[in-house]
Amino acid sequence: MSARIKWRRFVSNFMLTLTGVCAIVSVSVLFFILGYLVFNGGTSINWAFFTRLPTPVGEAGGGMANAIIGSAKLLMAASLLGVPIGFLGGIYLAEFSGSAVASVVRYAADLLNGVPSIVIGIFAYSLVVLPFKHFSTLAGAFALGLMMIPITLRSTEEFLNGVPRYLREAAMALGASKWKTIASVVVPAAYRGILTAILLALARVAGETAPLLFTAFGNRFWSPGWEQPTASLPVMIFTYAVSPYEDWHRQAWAAGLVLLGLILIINILARTILSRGIAVPRS
Amino acid sequence: MQASSKPGLSVNIVTNTGTGTHSETGPLPMRMTVSKVNFYYGSKQILFDINLGIADKRVTALIGPSGCGKSTLLRAMNRMHETVHTSRLEGEIQLDGQNILAQDVTSLRRRVGMVFQRPNPFPKSIFDNVAYGLRINGIKGSTSEMVEKSLRRAALWEEVKDHLHKSAYDLSGGQQQRLCIARALAVEPEVLLLDEPCSALDPISTAKIEELLVELKSLTTITIVTHNMQQAARVSDFTAFLLTGQMIEFSPTPQLFTTPSDPRTEAYITGRFG
Repeated sequence: MSARIKWRRFVSNFMLTLTGVCAIVSVSVLFFILGYLVFNGGTSINWAFFTRLPTPVGEAGGGMANAIIGSAKLLMAASLLGVPIGFLGGIYLAEFSGSAVASVVRYAADLLNGVPSIVIGIFAYSLVVLPFKHFSTLAGAFALGLMMIPITLRSTEEFLNGVPRYLREAAMALGASKWKTIASVVVPAAYRGILTAILLALARVAGETAPLLFTAFGNRFWSPGWEQPTASLPVMIFTYAVSPYEDWHRQAWAAGLVLLGLILIINILARTILSRGIAVPRS
Repeated sequence: MQASSKPGLSVNIVTNTGTGTHSETGPLPMRMTVSKVNFYYGSKQILFDINLGIADKRVTALIGPSGCGKSTLLRAMNRMHETVHTSRLEGEIQLDGQNILAQDVTSLRRRVGMVFQRPNPFPKSIFDNVAYGLRINGIKGSTSEMVEKSLRRAALWEEVKDHLHKSAYDLSGGQQQRLCIARALAVEPEVLLLDEPCSALDPISTAKIEELLVELKSLTTITIVTHNMQQAARVSDFTAFLLTGQMIEFSPTPQLFTTPSDPRTEAYITGRFG
C-alpha cells in the first residue's frame, strides 16, 4: 500500500472520529443538563409544586402553581400576537411579494430575530408598561409575541417555498385563483412544517427570562386577568436561583426541570404532528 | 361534423378536402384558434408567428425536438405562461371565437384543463383530488357521483373504488397520471391540454393513457404535446410540427407522417435529428 493511500485512510478515519466525538459531546450536554436538573430538583417536584403558591421565606414547602399558570397565559397571549402576524406575513413573503420587497422584509425579520431579548424587553417596557403605569401579563406577552414574529415568519416562508411548483400549477390549471391555490393546496401541503415551526418558536420563547423581567415582572400570588404583574417559570427560576436560601435553590432546580419538561413535550408534540397526514414526497 | 371515436374518420374527411394546412380541413368546427402568436421570455423570442386551429372533439398533437416551443405554445392556450413574470405574448388565441387573453383567467382555466408532464396529485386522498376542481369552482350536485364519473372516464375507477380515501401518493405513477386526468375531467373542460403526459411513465401505463385519450375525444377536445412521434401517430387526428419556435407543418396526422410536405418534417420524422 502506497504512503498516499495510507495517509488518505488516516485522514478519513481521523475526521470520522472527530465528527463522531463532537456529535456525542453535543448530545451528552443535553443529558448532563437533564441529569443535573433531575438530581437537584427531582426531590422538590411533588403535587404541591404544581398546585400551591410560593410560601414565605423560611417556611418549607409551597409550589409554583402561579408561575406555571402565568407562563401558560403569557405563551397563549404571545402566540395570539406572534403567530397570525408571522404566519400571514410569511405567506405574503413566499407568495405575493416581488423579490425586492421580499428581501427587505426577510432581512428585517432576520435582524428582529437577532435583537437581544433584553432589548425587546426594554421596548415592551416603554411601549406597554410605561403608558399603563404597571407591569402586566399583557406587557410580557407583547414582548414574547414580538420575538415569535420573525421565527414564525421565516419558517412559514421557508416551508411554503418548499411546496413544489407543480402543485400550484395543478391547482391553477383547475381554475383556482391565486389565493385559493394558497389556501387549499399550498398551505395544507406545508401546514405540518409550519405547525412544527410555531411549536418550536413557542418552546424558544417559553424559556425567555430577560424580556419578562420588567414587563411581566413577577408575583408571589395569583395574577387574575391580564393587567396584573404575573409570575412566570423563567423569572421564578432566576429569582430563586440568586436567593441565599437552600430551599429556594432546590425549587429553582425543580422549576427548571418543569420548564425543560414542557419544552420536551412541545417538541415531541411537534414531531408527532410531523409524522401524521399525507406528506408531499421529496423528488 | 359529428364526433366519433373511430380514429379513421378524420382521415377520410381530410383526404376529401385537401392536402395541407388547417384552413383546408373543411367543415370541421374549430374549438380554439391560435393566430399570429409571438411569444417571448424576457427578450428571448420563443414562438414566431404561430397559427393553429384545434378541431372540436379531435386530438391534435404538437411534436418537435426539445426546446422547439411546443410546451410553451400549449401553456399559452390556458395562460399558464403567466405564472412566469417575464413572459409576453403577442397575437390572439381564441376559444369559441372569443379572445382568451381578454377573459377572466380562472374561468378560462376551468374551461381549458391541463395535465402535466409529471403526475402531480395533491397531497390529499384520491377522492379529494378529483373533487378539488368541483369544490373550488362551487359546482353543485353530488360530489361523489361526479368523482365516480370522472374516475370511470379516466379508466381508474375499478382500480381505486375500494380505497378512495387513501393518499393519492399510494398509487403507481401511471395511476397517478390517470388520477390527474380524472381531476381535470371532473370540471368538464371544453378543451384538455396534455403536456407530455406519458414521459414519466412505463410502456404499459403509456398504452393505457393513449387508449384513454382516443376514448375521451368523444367528450372533449384534446391537444397533446409529445416528444414521441409514434404516440402522436397513434392517438392524434392532426399533428403540428414545430422547429425552433416556428410552425413548420400542420396536417392531418396520417398525411404528416406519410407524405410530409416540408423536407424538415420528413427529416425529423425519419429520425435524422431531434
